[in-house]
Amino acid sequence: MDQNEKNHKIKKVAIICAKGNLEDVYASLVLANGAVMDGMEARLFFTFFGMDGIIKKRMNKLHTATVGNPALRLPNGSRMPKWLGMIPGIQGMVSKMMKKQMDELDVPPVDEFLDMITAGGGEVYACKLAFDMFKLKKEDLSEHVSDILTVGEFYEKASGEDAQIIFT
Amino acid sequence: MAQKTIAGNTVNVDEEGYLEDFKQWNKDIAKEIAQEEGIELTDKHFEVIKFLRDQYEEGANLTIRKVGKSGITDIKEFYKVFPGGPLKKGSQIAGIPKPTSCV
Repeated sequence: MDQNEKNHKIKKVAIICAKGNLEDVYASLVLANGAVMDGMEARLFFTFFGMDGIIKKRMNKLHTATVGNPALRLPNGSRMPKWLGMIPGIQGMVSKMMKKQMDELDVPPVDEFLDMITAGGGEVYACKLAFDMFKLKKEDLSEHVSDILTVGEFYEKASGEDAQIIFT
Repeated sequence: MAQKTIAGNTVNVDEEGYLEDFKQWNKDIAKEIAQEEGIELTDKHFEVIKFLRDQYEEGANLTIRKVGKSGITDIKEFYKVFPGGPLKKGSQIAGIPKPTSCV
């Protein structure tokens, strides 16, 4: 770490999760958890399809897309054929495999991950616009969500010295 | 490799102050490193430190989750007793290398 990096260590991050694929939600969670682990302030803001990460009924059943995902590989390393991804059940199977591999590395299910983040002082918020648009009720959301914010309120919460906003 | 005298013991440390040989560690060293971090060690701290050292010796990849499931402490308390980065500070005080896990 050089002097400039030392003088301007990131103190606070606000992470926006706008997509509901397994890997998108986990990218946000890993970044937030990593921040609190390093003593930074972390705020997570879930919006649009990312809301699935905090909807109780869906949060532990996220999927990774097997259609329209050209980076997806078979266990032997070759590309997954496009037609294979469309077969019913394949997406669920692939998602299950991903979760198993993550669990082996001590990456927990979404609700437990949110437990870890909030236990470390991280905060979780939902977007008001998406909340209204999807006609959600407060009880649909995980108890880890501390508030439903407008975009203006989000920017207020994201503000501060050496603060960063990350969009995953 | 740098040498440093901690609590009257000469130990090898890396550039971030982590002990390079966990066998050189003792409780007085832990107390002095903790003090520099503004932490006064209690029995609870030493229970956690023992867990971290045992896990390291077994070759486990330490994570916050593992500590939370240890039965010694929960994650909330772990953050409370080692404020500002529990796994890193805990490891440094426990005399084991800097954790390499992302969770």
